[in-house]
Amino acid sequence: MSKKRCVAMLLAGGQGTRLGKLTTRLAKPAVPFGGKYRIIDFTLSNCSNSGIDTVGVLTQYQPYILNSYIGIGSSWDLDRKNGGVSVLPPYLGQKGGEWYRGTANAIYQNMYYIKQYDPEYVLVISGDHIYKMDYSEMLDYHEERGADATIAVLEVPWHEASRFGIMNTDDEDRIVEFQEKPAEPKTNLASMGIYIFNWKALEKYLTEDEQNPESSNDFGKDIIPAMIEDEKNVFAYSYNGYWKDVGTLQSLWEANMDLLDDDPSLILNDPAWKIYSVNPNQPPQYIAPQAKVTRSLVNEGCVVYGDIYRSVLFYGVHVGLGSTIKNSIIMPNVKIGANVTIENAIVESGTIVEDGMTLGSNDGSISLIADGEIVSVPK
Amino acid sequence: MKKVVGVINLVDEKNNLSELTNHRSFASVPFAGRYRLIDFSLSNMTNASINTVAVFTREKYRSLFDHLGSGREWDLDRHRGGLFFQPPADDERKSDGDISSFYENLSYFKRSLSDYVLVTNGQLVWNVDFDQVIQEHEAQNADITVVYKPCDDPYTSGRNYNVLYTNDDERVDRLNLDVEALPGDNVYLNTFLMNSSLLISLVEDSVKTGKYDSINEAIAGSLDRYHVHAYHFGGYVTFIDNIESYYRYSMEMLDPNVTQELFYNKGPIYTKVKHESPAKYLESSNVSNSLVANGCIISGTVENSILFRGIRVGKGAVIRNSIIMQKCEIGEGAIIENVILDKDVSVSPGETVRSEDQPRVIAKSTVI
Repeated sequence: MSKKRCVAMLLAGGQGTRLGKLTTRLAKPAVPFGGKYRIIDFTLSNCSNSGIDTVGVLTQYQPYILNSYIGIGSSWDLDRKNGGVSVLPPYLGQKGGEWYRGTANAIYQNMYYIKQYDPEYVLVISGDHIYKMDYSEMLDYHEERGADATIAVLEVPWHEASRFGIMNTDDEDRIVEFQEKPAEPKTNLASMGIYIFNWKALEKYLTEDEQNPESSNDFGKDIIPAMIEDEKNVFAYSYNGYWKDVGTLQSLWEANMDLLDDDPSLILNDPAWKIYSVNPNQPPQYIAPQAKVTRSLVNEGCVVYGDIYRSVLFYGVHVGLGSTIKNSIIMPNVKIGANVTIENAIVESGTIVEDGMTLGSNDGSISLIADGEIVSVPK
Repeated sequence: MKKVVGVINLVDEKNNLSELTNHRSFASVPFAGRYRLIDFSLSNMTNASINTVAVFTREKYRSLFDHLGSGREWDLDRHRGGLFFQPPADDERKSDGDISSFYENLSYFKRSLSDYVLVTNGQLVWNVDFDQVIQEHEAQNADITVVYKPCDDPYTSGRNYNVLYTNDDERVDRLNLDVEALPGDNVYLNTFLMNSSLLISLVEDSVKTGKYDSINEAIAGSLDRYHVHAYHFGGYVTFIDNIESYYRYSMEMLDPNVTQELFYNKGPIYTKVKHESPAKYLESSNVSNSLVANGCIISGTVENSILFRGIRVGKGAVIRNSIIMQKCEIGEGAIIENVILDKDVSVSPGETVRSEDQPRVIAKSTVI
């Protein structure tokens, strides 16, 4: 393998517990998003568009759909002779093996993968977030500042700050304090879970962390605080674009609805920064004479006879005559019969909704229709 | 299992789709919102596990070459076999019939060590199960199997096609090239399966004797020597031979029964992927009876029309009975009726582009 300037390690083992039945059979990064994508498409496309062509994807929870989706990475231009995408599941060695115990341990167990490229830098990202970012600019910043580690940060509303890893910086953007989910945050600068490390420094800290039996082997809780304590050069890189952790049904629903604005803050069709995905080979969508479709995203392979308002339809969705869909997300290949009403709902892939049914409600909650069951959560 | 190699023969293509074929070959004319005509025959080959396919072409193949690339979208980037793009080896043969292209590519047939060669063209919109053609060819112990469709469409009758006549055993005893088809006539779809060794000797003989200029003439002249079986294709197929028929067959894509048969009942139709976002319908959009591809952003009215990928329809704009190709921009309040806009056409706000009877074609990249 020839040397690489930067290798990306993409953490994709998340269970996404708060997405309920949506993640029964798939990991959170594989959850469908935006009418066409899976969540992981955003980080894979960011890597590809940023010129990072060597990406290790760490999987653990329900990996099958993710594995087959990623394939050899050709959808994201990551099918490369030198580098490309590699799926890295936990493995058994001569001395036994174990599951990934934490984000840092997952990288620790795959140091052999990084070493073969002898990189200057390692980018650690998570496949759980929706955003567009040029990592090459962050890498330039990291180099300019002569940093050992750089963490991408964004300002979050103060009332939400205690849900995040919060940074305290000096006036040169050097991070002087890092608190993981603090009860009383001192700033509202939140970590986006995007780190760039000098590989030599990371290697040292990962190895030391591994030898500490008290450690939870987590970047936010252990590695970053240890580097700050040692007064390493840890810098904050400010980001002010769209970023969303779609970890709950509410935030998943909101992030989809955000796309329906006239001028959405997340633009999906920028020719300079395309979001790639695996193409399902479907014909164009057919909108019937009786249909009415407004303020919605509709993907190829849909056949619509009903009324669609403020909704997102993934590929292969059929909506029968006289049906109304409002404020909802309809995942791939859902077949909706005639005279059905669906409101404020997320309908899981492949669901069949029979004629005349009413799903969801307008009482301020979101309903998840998955596995033939309906679960409601507050909006 | 017998080995089959494919040929998409574009050598005798006509360039009669006015502005649409000024700069591109017939086979790369856009169709049905996101496809090129060649996608149908090529996907049919892939779906029959034919993974060695040559495209014989003679001119205007730039856009076609760009479209096909390595053949990856059709699963034709193979170590064994794959896609062979074959422009003419020799410019001086330009006026010859297609037999010279087969002759130029004899090594393709010899080297492939195949049992059969399946030849079709790049202008039919259809979803045919070539496996069935192969099975019938074997069951009939035929030397050549030609595919036909009875002319049951009032539009096709009276126009010139290749027409075949069979005896009671579906054996072809006459093949009349370029004759007026009458209702009930069997139109030969310029698609045949032939034993590879026979194809090679037929091509070599034709060139040596100078007797036949085209592969169809060679077949028509060999009916008494070989067992030529007729395969009846019962599915949907188009006969596009001018702008009027291009428009008419395009509009048939608004019939869900037709698209069901073409796209869903059998194998998928593959095409070049553009990674466009899903189509977006804004508050003021009003779309009915239309086919819409991804990447479109619609604020206006669209009726009985086909929108290809990446089209912008401004507020108050009205598109009726029209075909709008990739990346066109229709400004606010513009009116488009009964027209075919080729790629990248931009219609300024408030302009009207309309034609009364015949669909009008607006050339690529025109600004109105």
